[in-house]
Order: sequence, then structure tokens, then C-alpha cells
Amino acid sequence: MSIALRELRRRPGRFVVATAIMTLIAILLMFIGGLLDGLTKGNTGAFRAQRADFLVFSATSQDSLVRSRIDTAVRARAERAPGVTAVGGLGSLQIGSRVPGHGPRDLVPVVLFGYELAPRGLPARPPARGEAYADDVLRSEGVRAGTVIRLGPQRTPIRVIGFVNDTEYSGQPTLWGSLGNWRAAQDANRPGSRVGPGVTQALVVRGGTPEAIDRATGATHTVDAAIRKLPGVSQQESVFNQIIGVTVVIAVVVVALFFALITVERVALYGVLKAIGASSGTLFAGVLLQAVLVTLAAGAVGAAAALALDAVIPPGGIPFTTSAGRLLASVAFLLVAAVIGCAFSLRRVLRVDPAAAIGGAQ
Amino acid sequence: MTPALDMEAVRKVYKSGGEEVVALDHADLAVGSDEIVALVGPSGSGKTTLCSIAGGILAPTSGRVVVGGDDISGYSARELTEFRREKVGFVFQTVNLVPFLTARENLLVVDEVGRRTGRAARRRGDTLLEELGLADRANNLPGQLSGGQKQRVAIGRALMNDPVLVLFDEPTSALDTRLGEQVVGLIREEMKRRGTAAIIVTHDERITHHADRTAHITDGRIAA
Repeated sequence: MSIALRELRRRPGRFVVATAIMTLIAILLMFIGGLLDGLTKGNTGAFRAQRADFLVFSATSQDSLVRSRIDTAVRARAERAPGVTAVGGLGSLQIGSRVPGHGPRDLVPVVLFGYELAPRGLPARPPARGEAYADDVLRSEGVRAGTVIRLGPQRTPIRVIGFVNDTEYSGQPTLWGSLGNWRAAQDANRPGSRVGPGVTQALVVRGGTPEAIDRATGATHTVDAAIRKLPGVSQQESVFNQIIGVTVVIAVVVVALFFALITVERVALYGVLKAIGASSGTLFAGVLLQAVLVTLAAGAVGAAAALALDAVIPPGGIPFTTSAGRLLASVAFLLVAAVIGCAFSLRRVLRVDPAAAIGGAQ
Repeated sequence: MTPALDMEAVRKVYKSGGEEVVALDHADLAVGSDEIVALVGPSGSGKTTLCSIAGGILAPTSGRVVVGGDDISGYSARELTEFRREKVGFVFQTVNLVPFLTARENLLVVDEVGRRTGRAARRRGDTLLEELGLADRANNLPGQLSGGQKQRVAIGRALMNDPVLVLFDEPTSALDTRLGEQVVGLIREEMKRRGTAAIIVTHDERITHHADRTAHITDGRIAA
């Protein structure tokens, strides 16, 4: 093992190419992972912020918040379901908005939510009519406390009275106000989709069992299940995970090729070491150690690059976010790739004949 | 005293292209516990095969091989690896030092590939370097050493595990006559000082006078 370490220290040039390629792969892996996390975060924040056990959609909505309509009768049944402790309505309106400082045609897409049960970071009592809390991302559009945002073709005014973090929905920043606010904006700007008094798009439910609530309403999901059913979230995750998988396979190939070449170069040296008593296991452990250290170095540089990127991207820019879990998972994937890649060298190490060290058999 | 090597009726047959090639044919060789034997023969005569079998690198097809009292004829590959680590030393034709390790570290490799003894191995390595006149070169890489110095480091490495038998494979083939003579003289001196047996495989008759005895091998047969 110490022989392998000394080679790394004294002949770093031999490992520069492999380390550089593995670093690029690590950066790519962490960038793709960060993009996936950023996109998922931007798509699902409004649901993740719900302090609830279940989200209920109408039975015919196909789990789409936009298509869902919950009337007062369904709500009453949900409230009577065994174990339910609180029920609140939820409504959303995706719409273009005019923000001061932007041109008249420079619309900022937002999602106005109306709520009754406060999501994380919002006061229990929804703001007064005409007021809302804004997602932090809107700061990058110049929105400040007191800014009046005008929604849709009717320029429905909403005054921002504060900010809330990590509540984006469908990649768009959100505004959080009362259900009355939402109904007024919906009725004014989407006259074809007017909602009657007491009607909401979804119910936020605390307590109860999914079976009981489902019997009462028709389409009940845990918050996590509702997140997975958001349009595109699962598909997006699947596509990105496939790209991550291919990247890991490329890492396997890089490690396999590099260490196969190094092993070929070392056949004579391994012959000598075997002749003086080194086992194949000892020699392979050295190869493995070198691959793991090269990968850890690449992973460290990749993680530093990902963190630096996350720090310099302004809010509302590229949907990119890093987390310790993602960075560690990426390094773990690369380590697995390194071990698998190295395994291809094992056979060659095993086949090294110590007899070659003394001129071969005659 | 237990002989360093006792080979009886050793036969080694290789398969080559469906045909059997006899590399050693009922070879007998005994080496005393502090004896130096020059094994001389032309290229392809089987001397390297004999050396490999005596050193536990190759297993014989038939016959009996006893090294330092241990019958290694039926050893498994794992047992032979351990045997090589504990009982024999090798000095290879092309020296074959690990190029990125210093002279001292090249000696300590023997300890690192086996059961590590740490401080004891370091002490032995330093003593050997001192005795071989390499104390001031201990931290030099092989590339910074002369041919003779490299050969001495290789001898030191072969002696690190305090072997019962050291096998020298053509130790002078890469050296000029004068240096070759010096190296073989050094081998004799070091082996005799330690009372360690050695086989020097060579095709150079000029150096055989340093050995206690010369064994000639031709077509896999030894004529003592």
C-alpha cells in the first residue's frame, strides 16, 4: 500500500490525465445532479412547504391542481373523515405579472396561491385582501416589501408585504395570499374558469388516514405522492438519473482504461514484487488505493466547483442547487465506478507471472 | 547442517503448441548451507528454470525440492508466495529496483509485501546499506545510482529477509568485465560473511572462480 502511495506522491505526472478526466466527470456529475435538484426544488417548493399529511384533489382532476375543483360538499366530507384535525383550501393561478421597473410587455410569470392552513414560513392568518407574501426568487426581479405587482390582463394589484423561501411551483415564483385574493384574481383574469364561493382547487388535510379521506373525496395523496404526480417531475428525474447513470458508466470506462494501461506498464515490476513475495491481493490493493485516491481528489475538486457555481448563480438564474447529500452521493457513485473500473485490472494482476522477473522459463 | 537446497530428480515439462518441451530432465543439485554454486550453461539449457524452481517461483512437474529443510515440491501458489517472502532472496538480471523508491525503501519493500515488522526492518535495512557501503546513498532513487550501486541495493534487498538461499540470475550480464568482477567479488564476500548459500546463474565462465563449485547444465541435465 505504501508503495502505491509513494508512487502517487513521487510520480504525480502519471496520474494527472486520469485525475483531470475524473475531475471533469465529477464536475459533470455534480452539475447534472445540481440541475436536477434545482429543477425539482423549483417545481415542487409550493407542495413541499405544506405542513400537512395529505393533499386532496377532485376525483376527476387526474391529480392536476389546475383541473381540480373541490366544492363545499366534498370539503365537508373530508372534514368529517375519522382522525382529520384540520382542513384548509388551496387555490393557484399561474399568470403573467407586471412588476415595477420592467417594461410593459416584460411579463414576469408568477403563481398566486390562496391558502387557509399556513405553509412553512407563512403566518397562520393569511394576509388581507390585495396583499401577499412573495417567494424570495422575486427579489431578483426587483420586488421588495411594498412593491405592487399587477396580475394578468386585468392588472389585479397585489402588494408584497414580505417574503417566503423555497416555495416555487412549476419553476415559477409564487405569491401567497388569502383564498379570497385567489378567487378575485382568478375571476377577474380567467373569466372562463371562475370559481364559486367556497370552491377551492385542493384541500390541505392534517390527520386522518388516506383510506378514510379518499372515501370522502376521491383523490387523496400524501404530500410526497402529490409531489411525484406534479407534471414532469418524475419524468425529469428519470431522464436526469439516466444521464447520471451514463456518466458513471463513462467514469468506469475511464478508470478501467487508465488502470489497465498502468497495469500493463507495471507487469515487469509486478513480476519482481511477486517474486520477492508480494501477493496478487497486495498488488491489486495498491491499484485500488490509487484509483480511490485519484477519485477522491477529483470528487473534492468537483464538489468545490459545484459549491462555487452554486454561490455565484443569482436567485432566479439557472435552476441549480447543491446539497451535502448530492455531493456525497456523486463522490460515492464515482468511488463505485473506480472500484468497478479497477476490477478489470485484477485479472491482469493475477496473471502476472513472477517467473518473468528472472528472464522467464527456459 | 541442513543443506540450503536439495533437488532430487527434478523434472519440468512445458506444453508448447501441443508439444511437450522438457526444460529440466531429472536434475539433481545440492547446495550446502553456506556454499556458493555457479550454475553455468548456454542459453536455453534450463538454468533459469532450475533457479525458478529452487526459488519457489515455478513448481516442478516431478521430483523433490527441499529448501532450508522445507520440502516445497507440493506447495500451493499461496504457500510458495509465503516461502519466497520468508526463505529466499533474488537478484535479477536487470536489477529491477522499484524506480520511484529510494535505495532504503527498495530494501524495505521486502518487509512491506509481507508481515510488516516496521522498526526491526528499518534497522536491518540501515545495517545492510551500511555494510554494502551505501549508507550515504540511502535516500537516492535508483536513477541517481551507478550500475554497481544499483547491484548492491539489489543484493541488500535479497538479504533483507535473512534468506537461507540467494539466487543470482546473470548478475554480471549488464556490467562490463571490471565491474562484473567487482560485483561477483562482493557477492562472495557478502554471502560468506553471512554464511548464506547462493546460486549464481551465469553463462560467463570467467566469474566462476568466485564460486565454491560450478555445476554445468545442458539440455536440462546437470553435470556436476
